[in-house]
Amino acid sequence: MRPSAVRLLNILVPIKRAVDYAVKIRVNPEQTGIDLNVKHSMNPFDEIAVEEAVRIRERLKDAVKSIKVVTIGPPKSAETLRTALAMGADSAVHVEIPESAPAPEPLGVAKTLKALIERQKDSVDVVILGKQAIDDDAGQTGQMLAGLMGWSQATFASKVIVDPEQKVANITREIDGGLEELRCKFPVIITTDLRLNEPRYASLPNIMKAKKKPVEKLTAAELGVDLTPRLETIKVTEPPKRVGGGKVANVDELLARLKQAGVTGKRA
Amino acid sequence: MASKATRLRALALYKELHRLGRDYEPSYDFHGKLRRLFEKNRNLSDDEEIEKALRFGEYIKNETLALYSLRKYRHLKRMYPSNSVSDT
Repeated sequence: MRPSAVRLLNILVPIKRAVDYAVKIRVNPEQTGIDLNVKHSMNPFDEIAVEEAVRIRERLKDAVKSIKVVTIGPPKSAETLRTALAMGADSAVHVEIPESAPAPEPLGVAKTLKALIERQKDSVDVVILGKQAIDDDAGQTGQMLAGLMGWSQATFASKVIVDPEQKVANITREIDGGLEELRCKFPVIITTDLRLNEPRYASLPNIMKAKKKPVEKLTAAELGVDLTPRLETIKVTEPPKRVGGGKVANVDELLARLKQAGVTGKRA
Repeated sequence: MASKATRLRALALYKELHRLGRDYEPSYDFHGKLRRLFEKNRNLSDDEEIEKALRFGEYIKNETLALYSLRKYRHLKRMYPSNSVSDT
């Protein structure tokens, strides 16, 4: 017999429609950003987040009440939501921004997510999102959201074990020194690292079924959030081209070249 | 074709493989090969042979999926290397 009424878990997975991983990034001619007229797809780290949410449900079965995905983006982002629904999410929220609007900043995204979470009838227990987006590599949204909500957070997760009865998650993080194990009380924000799992392929039948799943459309204004950028990008340039190395004939020449380059053997 | 059921399976398999082929190396002509292989088997009537052909199609689908996964994982691993000291 199960102990009485464990409240069921609600998982929220924010995802981003980002430049596809295989695209060769080019700086645009005005040097204000990158060329966005390229193939886009779901941020790979967010795919891993969706996969993890689905796996948590596969492990915990009925203890998970809902998996909701949310994205903040132009109309085309609806395709990304469809893919997430095809992977196993139940419902989606599309915070639509105009096609011409600048991409929202991490703080703006975090504020929008906060407004969305507070709006939910069923309180959110776990938020899983990618550690960073592969097109801007900011890596800030998860942390900022945790700060705004005052919730526990575990970033760069490489292993997640959810205990719905204790209302904690045991999370292994990848850090510089190795691996760190945390136990976080719900509600918790988890950001995913590459080695957490291998996302499933969204098969064609599942994509068709996903068309029937509910997608709620909202605007940032309805959530009371201003997505105007607070940062101004002054210039974007490509990294300097790699200059080839040169070969030297002997040690004397090496020393001469080093001296020329300003590298001296002076004691500190 | 032997039955409506196998016809539906073959169609579903073809559609799925066709969609997968979109991301394949263009010079390999995945779509062309796909069509030719399916057309070669269009007049099969023996259940065993049909089953074998469908299984082969599933095998190709899984192999292609594995290739895509590997390509993506390798690419991401290079872009985001694991920290030097950790054992992952």
